[in-house]
Amino acid sequence: MYNSALLQVVLFIIILIILALPLGEYMAKVFTGQQVWLSFLIRPVEKFLYRIFGVDETKETDWKSYTFSLIVFNAVGIVVLFILQLIQHILPLNPQGLSSVRWDTALNTAVSFVANTNWQAYGGESTMSYLTQMLGMTAQNFVSSAVGIAVAVTFIRGFVRKSVKEIGNFWVDLTRSIIYLLLPLSIVFSLFLVSQGVIQNFNPYTKAQTIQGQEQVIAQGPVASQEAIKILGTNGGGFFNANSSHPYENPKPITDYFEILGFLVISAALPFTFGAMLNNRKQGWAIFISMLTLYLIGLSVALWSEYHGNPILGLDNMEGKEVRFGILNSVVFGHSTTSTSCGAVNAMHDSFMPLTAMILMFNMMIGEVVFGGVGVGLVGMLIYAILTMFLIGLMIGRTPEIFGKKLEPFEMIMAVLVLILPSIIQLVFGALASSTTLGLSSLNNAGPHGLSEILYAFASGAGNNGSAFAGLNANTPFYNLTLAVAMLVGRFATIIPSLTIAGSLAQKKSTPEISRFPTSGPLFIISIVAVVVVVGALTFFPVLVIGPILEHLEIFTYGN
Amino acid sequence: METKKTIWQPKFIVRAVYDSFIKLNPLNMYRNPVMFAVEIGSILTALITVYNIIQGHPFGFNLQISLWLWFTVLFANFAEALAEGKGKAQAESLKQARSDIIAQKLLPNGDIESIPALALRKGDIALASDNHIIPSDGEIIEGVALVDESAITGESAPVVREFGGDKTGVTGGTKVLSGNIKIKITVNPGETFLDQMVGMIESAKRQKTPNEKALEILLVGLTVLFFVVVVTLNFYAGYVNVKISIPILVALLVCLMPTTIGGLLPAIGIAGMDRLMSRNVIALSGRAVEAAGDVNIVLLDKTGTITLGNRIATEFIPAPGVEEKQLARAAMLSSLADETPEGRSVVILAKEKLRMRGRDITAPEGSKFISFSAETRMSGVDINDRQIRKGATDAIKDFVKPYNKQFPKEVGYAVDRVGGEGGTPLVVCENGNVLGVVRLKDVLKHGIRERLSQLKNIGITSVMITGDNPTTAAAIAAEAGVSDFIAQARPETKLERIRKFQSEGYMVAMIGDGTNDAPALAQADVAVAMNAGTQAAREAANMVDLDSTPTKLLDIVEIGKQILITRGALTTFSVANDVAKYFAIIPALFAVQYPILNTLNVMRLSSPQSAILSAVIFNAIIIPFLIPLSLKGVQCKQDSPMSLLIRNLFIYGLGGLILPFIGIKLIDMIIH
Amino acid sequence: MCLPLQGKENFMKEIIKSIKIYLIFTVLLGLVYPLIIAAIAQITMPYQANGSLIIKDGRVIGSELIGQKFDKPEYFNSRPSAVNYNAAGSGASNYGPMNEKLIEQVNSYKKNNKKITADMVMASASGLDPHISIENAMLQLPRVARQRNLPESKVKELVNENTDPDFVGIWGKAGVNVLKLNLTLDSL
Repeated sequence: MYNSALLQVVLFIIILIILALPLGEYMAKVFTGQQVWLSFLIRPVEKFLYRIFGVDETKETDWKSYTFSLIVFNAVGIVVLFILQLIQHILPLNPQGLSSVRWDTALNTAVSFVANTNWQAYGGESTMSYLTQMLGMTAQNFVSSAVGIAVAVTFIRGFVRKSVKEIGNFWVDLTRSIIYLLLPLSIVFSLFLVSQGVIQNFNPYTKAQTIQGQEQVIAQGPVASQEAIKILGTNGGGFFNANSSHPYENPKPITDYFEILGFLVISAALPFTFGAMLNNRKQGWAIFISMLTLYLIGLSVALWSEYHGNPILGLDNMEGKEVRFGILNSVVFGHSTTSTSCGAVNAMHDSFMPLTAMILMFNMMIGEVVFGGVGVGLVGMLIYAILTMFLIGLMIGRTPEIFGKKLEPFEMIMAVLVLILPSIIQLVFGALASSTTLGLSSLNNAGPHGLSEILYAFASGAGNNGSAFAGLNANTPFYNLTLAVAMLVGRFATIIPSLTIAGSLAQKKSTPEISRFPTSGPLFIISIVAVVVVVGALTFFPVLVIGPILEHLEIFTYGN
Repeated sequence: METKKTIWQPKFIVRAVYDSFIKLNPLNMYRNPVMFAVEIGSILTALITVYNIIQGHPFGFNLQISLWLWFTVLFANFAEALAEGKGKAQAESLKQARSDIIAQKLLPNGDIESIPALALRKGDIALASDNHIIPSDGEIIEGVALVDESAITGESAPVVREFGGDKTGVTGGTKVLSGNIKIKITVNPGETFLDQMVGMIESAKRQKTPNEKALEILLVGLTVLFFVVVVTLNFYAGYVNVKISIPILVALLVCLMPTTIGGLLPAIGIAGMDRLMSRNVIALSGRAVEAAGDVNIVLLDKTGTITLGNRIATEFIPAPGVEEKQLARAAMLSSLADETPEGRSVVILAKEKLRMRGRDITAPEGSKFISFSAETRMSGVDINDRQIRKGATDAIKDFVKPYNKQFPKEVGYAVDRVGGEGGTPLVVCENGNVLGVVRLKDVLKHGIRERLSQLKNIGITSVMITGDNPTTAAAIAAEAGVSDFIAQARPETKLERIRKFQSEGYMVAMIGDGTNDAPALAQADVAVAMNAGTQAAREAANMVDLDSTPTKLLDIVEIGKQILITRGALTTFSVANDVAKYFAIIPALFAVQYPILNTLNVMRLSSPQSAILSAVIFNAIIIPFLIPLSLKGVQCKQDSPMSLLIRNLFIYGLGGLILPFIGIKLIDMIIH
Repeated sequence: MCLPLQGKENFMKEIIKSIKIYLIFTVLLGLVYPLIIAAIAQITMPYQANGSLIIKDGRVIGSELIGQKFDKPEYFNSRPSAVNYNAAGSGASNYGPMNEKLIEQVNSYKKNNKKITADMVMASASGLDPHISIENAMLQLPRVARQRNLPESKVKELVNENTDPDFVGIWGKAGVNVLKLNLTLDSL
């Protein structure tokens, strides 16, 4: 069993690389305005869109204008999605007659989808009408992913450009992300999914008579189109409550395979985009390998833990897992989804073994940088690279610099903010939840597992992941509001300081190549992996000890 | 500076202990955020201990924690005080010397007033002659003197300082051995270079360099993060029914905070300045010292920096049929009244060749000296009806034309040969006879070749700048071993070149002494002025080399790097320590309620109380243990960056990970 | 450096622009795109697009992909479901591995059966899992064969026919489709 699992994983990684490399180069070309093979089709559409938007694609702005446009755009999104949910009961395409969404749920959902988290405190098929799912969730899935990619590309430009103030045009980056990348991929992927059984219709829910004579109401809907972008844009918000464990979202092993590849591929490709735009592909590989190393370390531990099964019951841990996926796929999906901030699940994380869950939590606690969310994952990893190069620079007696740009107090302030703010917010809210009835009344499991439910929720929010220990009843005003704040902090405490860093770096000169410390070698990779693990461990060791680690020890000494 | 003594003298240590208590003043502490937080924690735990005592509760544990927290702060203060102490001691001893000096101030009406040296202000004129102590920093505006600078350089070999040229600078506290000079004072009391340097050492006045600020931001960020971790832990613990007392929370926080690097950070920077002072470099900008670690290119003047500054006659090449001694005598006679160093060296060479001694030379009766002029480009002497001239080849050619004698072609060859080898030929003639050629040569400063190759080894490109013609310049460049040179340079060339290099992203260092170097010095990232140089140069620079050796830059680069490396190493060490401290404290907090968590107690510490205390004690005493390293700096030698990094990662990263496990276990065994 | 915008006018212009672009994208991506996909799907792949529904005697009796409850002894029994196979409200138990209720649930199964597999006693993630493991089916096979008076070999053949495969050995696990299997059994 182990051998075939190993082979399957190895093949999976190889295929991921084969897909990510050309995609990375493609994206580099798109965002630097070069021609690609799809240009003949898409370029006219692009020009048309700029005309009706009123956007001049040749005009670039400094980081302040860029950030302002981004913030306004996101704010509009939150408001529109919020209102849409509140009035869905009087809008068309609501065959089940679902009522207006409760205000705190609606607010949480609006923030959640705009922040690319897609935390769903609700069950999709019982709360959201088809129209809301399409106009609200599907559209926002595209847009929030595009925002993330735009931020990443702009951050890269900070390193590439020298002595200029302009860092890009937000509307151009946004549009290109959507029409050159997300939309074409989604169209192809959604049709593939339909071919394997993922539904795409506007029918009312089907009333079936089961063989044993009971009535079974089967929910329907335009699932495939949403599923595709949910996956590709590392969004994670599913149509149904059971997300990608639901047979209508993920019917077969082959769809599962391509769903995991799907939410990894853009984030895995971005390091190569980075290398291409920097004109130093070894650099891109270095970042990719750093991420891959962390991914494989975590995956090994998670698989080892889950394959042990449940010693109390003496059985494989199939609680909360689908037969067609088994242990391996569920762990790979879960580990990948928490590494990339996707948040889709094909198994219930609340039922995983504690050490497996600890790895999933840790992926989110370190800021979703192991490939990470589309765009922001690369940015997060590069922030860790800045921290690493700061220390390395000091240790070799040189003013710290990275990829040719000097690191000065301003960059350090911003980098530190990105690193500590999400951690602070999840620790604070988690403490609040675990010491008040407001928070504790939502727990589904007692003891240390309950604490894990809380920790997981806020790690997921602050990391913009969106998956959950679904036993936690998060559809309360307390959790809806605290998680909304956590998601906002997690998203914007990453994006805004990163854009200011990009703006500051772009204005600097570049140091000559010969004097730079090589950041594409194994020493750099080991250092950055160590920094990521150590900083995360030092921050979260205490809570992990009294949560999943304690649970693990209790399980393995159960009955003694 | 005469104190190359060790810092570990009893009087320093006593003074530092005293200072560490004085520094506890919060108004002083808040400049070091990390240690300020520790101080607040210490006050808090002390208050709680007092409260315990009043209430009659057991207070022993809290008392110990509080005491060790206070020790942590004191140890950090001690480190800083010790580093400051050395520099201040040197400065104080010099100030002492100066406060006794009486200066001879020249009043506008010509009178001379005796006033204390400390009363001299900028712009005053002071006189100094044999055995006078120079009262303050200034420039010679008249006269020449032989100066003993051992008071500040430690070198007893006297140096010449004079008006005109580049050796006009004098420093207060040095002694005139012989000579007579008028000095224009260039600083107000308390603003001398020495005072400025002391300002960089005294922590109250110290300006933090950008690098230091950036590191501090990181440390503050970590502190804030750990503060949140500890405070929220209190609530999480509530969930698992564990109550944690405030002193223990404070102890955990202090252990997690990067107190090791936080406490030693000021000492590292100050000690770097001290080390510079002991190499006789006065740094006026901490930022420049750290930038020195990054220098790629150094610009060096030829004259005075690479070469001795004045050309020296090294050879007499007589014309056919002329004896060397005859040439020598004629050359000597024509140079006796010559004030220039070149002229004097001709005399010296002639004396050597003629085996005469100094006192035997006098100009014969009836000599009339012809001084050098830019038009004639000759100088010489008329003695009765003998006309002796020496000068540029074509000038001499014109001079002997009326005599209708052939200009010997051998002399022509000699002239070409001297020029081609990078020297300057002077042709000597008497009446119509061309007697021969005197070769003037630039002489390299002693040891320059070795030092320049050392620069090359650590990756710094040296560029020589000179006004000479390309052939001469090339020859000197090759002889000295510079990587590159710029010939026929105008005064603006240096500044232009520095700007160009900087725009390409290079870090440029410049060493200079002349007034025309000032703009370039002001532009360079690292600007070193020779102390012997002009005031303009010294003011434009950000470092002054008291020994006036051009390759002092090597020391500056090394110290600059050392400061950064020491900071980086101790930061890594500090953070790596946290892992072991967690493994000591966390099981201690929860294992009472959940005994299975004892599996995490990898050090097998005896009790929760001793575990926490051991961690706190280790955290405190690691600071004094690392003081010698902070003051001396991490050794960096001339390693490649890669090997340096690997070595430091092993020692401070891996070492920092493992050492506290051993240390805490040992302390635990001792206190149990 | 100068402010990115001068005055309130530019501020309002920027907001209007944002709203405009947002709404255009919403329509494009939230209406046009799903509708086009739906159109293509309905025309080219209607069976899958409409839910892979199984129709018997003119009535929908379920979906090939969605599990339903089977607990009678003559049928192969489906997995436990935390939502009782409610296909309009998917979900799971979310029990942690140490949860008392889970332990009790499993232990009560153990009392009634000698050999059990994990998926026999543990609920699925979606609550609608259409499969059971092959091992599970083999354990139930004797009982079903007995109930229906069929040779075990015949039943085994049917089990194999109704096993959904994994992804050609590179991903996933094969699972026995309970609905299809029981349907086939009933049609014999």
